[in-house]
Amino acid sequence: MITFNQVTKKYSSEKTAVKNVDFTVDEGKIVVLLGPSGCGKTTLLRMVNRLESITEGSIVIDDEDSMDLDAIELRRKIGYVIQSNGLFPNMTIEENVMIVPDLLGWNKKKKTERFTYLMKLIGLDPKIYKKRYPHELSGGQQQRIGVVRALAADPPVMLMDEPFGALDPIIREKIQDEFLQIQREVKKTILFVSHDIDEAIKMADKIMLLRDGEIMQYDTPSEMLTHPKNDFVNQFFGKDRAIKSLSLHTVKDLQEVIGLAEMDESIYDTKTINVNQDLRNTLSMLLNQEADQVIVTNDEGKRIGSITIDLVQKYLHFEIKGKLSVSQEG
Amino acid sequence: MNNKKLIGNGFRFFIYGLVIAFVAWAIYNQYFSYIFSQSSTFLVLLRQHFVLVLVSSVLAILIAVPAGIVITRPKFRKAEWLITNIVNFGQTIPSLAVLALMISVLGIGFNTAVFALFIYSILPIFRNTVAGLDTIDPNLIDAAKGMGMKPSQILFRIELPNAVYSILAGIRTAVVLNIGTAALAYVVGGGGLGVWIFTGIQLFDNGFLISGAIPVTIMAILADYLLRKLENVLVPKGAREVSNT
Repeated sequence: MITFNQVTKKYSSEKTAVKNVDFTVDEGKIVVLLGPSGCGKTTLLRMVNRLESITEGSIVIDDEDSMDLDAIELRRKIGYVIQSNGLFPNMTIEENVMIVPDLLGWNKKKKTERFTYLMKLIGLDPKIYKKRYPHELSGGQQQRIGVVRALAADPPVMLMDEPFGALDPIIREKIQDEFLQIQREVKKTILFVSHDIDEAIKMADKIMLLRDGEIMQYDTPSEMLTHPKNDFVNQFFGKDRAIKSLSLHTVKDLQEVIGLAEMDESIYDTKTINVNQDLRNTLSMLLNQEADQVIVTNDEGKRIGSITIDLVQKYLHFEIKGKLSVSQEG
Repeated sequence: MNNKKLIGNGFRFFIYGLVIAFVAWAIYNQYFSYIFSQSSTFLVLLRQHFVLVLVSSVLAILIAVPAGIVITRPKFRKAEWLITNIVNFGQTIPSLAVLALMISVLGIGFNTAVFALFIYSILPIFRNTVAGLDTIDPNLIDAAKGMGMKPSQILFRIELPNAVYSILAGIRTAVVLNIGTAALAYVVGGGGLGVWIFTGIQLFDNGFLISGAIPVTIMAILADYLLRKLENVLVPKGAREVSNT
């Protein structure tokens, strides 16, 4: 758990980067700090491991004030991932991943075991990659290594500064999925900086939207999309926030609320989609093909019905727009 | 990349060919005869030359590398332009003038020559040390700091291993230059193979000139070769691949 108590950062008397920020990141949750550049999100993140000093207020990590610890000791307890992966070119993958355990004085056996476990977590063969150097890996692989390096000493808290920002969209989405999978297993308390709205909606348990160092709204992604607190939040998420909010719902949700359509057996070459797929992707699929239906399959691959644009629209109206209209009145 | 390498190699062999042809010509004319007829003098001069280069280079490394490290620390960053300008200024004075200036301070002899050579070697080593440390991606330092490495650990585990390629290149430049410049030590009575070279010039005796000049050349080529080999040992594999591409 990370608690920010009235945290303020001033670079000079006129220049304030972060103003009275007060919020809590719950145990095992991902909070995404979102906002336009210069909003203070990276500064806020870097204050947690004291790469930036705190002017006023305090940051408490698991009941311990960050200022009570030695900065070096504090940082070794916090996983840190940066955008450009920050792998050291002179060290092998194993040396890179095992930096913090090495600093903490782990023995060789413990380190080897941990390395093997971590590499398996990201689906890379520890034997093959052990002696390789960072430049021999692809951008996606390097970023994966950057992530497991932060996990190496099993810190309860992780700070991630636009970790997937430098990757191309396809790889980025893949690694986001992988990372969520890993998070389900390791359950870290994560503070995650992003400027990508879609990434925030996908990754976050809660989103913190910042502007000029002030909190605009701190809420779950769906609340943020359906109940924007003010004009800035509304504008930031854009006119297509209804469509964006579709990515928070799956075909299964739709099935439970309004049910699926009958399958039209006369069409043979329709595409299929998994029932756990989100509705935004489903809608794109429907728009991209000529047929007006997509066959829905369950996890065993069995066809359980079909979905149409009409259905998505109906669901949008009931579930999401219903909420949206309430917020606009209130 | 491969084409470049091919041209580089071709050029190198062309130069080797020229040197061999020159040496063959010199042997044909018996210009090396002094090396054999006065071999004891030759060995003394060779040793003097070697010691001149060794002492001045080692001193320069001991001063310039730590100075480059200190000046790139955040605390001293502001003084960088000052130090760099002083060192640059030292380099703009012609080597002969440095020697002449040193005579007025240290008198004539070995020490004067060593001191002048030392002054002359500092710049390339210092400049390459600073450049090597400066070109390290600041994100690496940020990552290292964020993971809880101490400043000394960052220096020895991250900065120096990634800068060693550049530092060694500076040392190589300095040593090779030094071997050539050390021939001027004769002017201040510092000995070395310059004695034969200048005698040759004064007496129009190609024999002395070449018996002095060729060993100096061979020494320089050999030093260059050995220091390149040293790079293969000292530069970490990962850092080497990166600096080569």
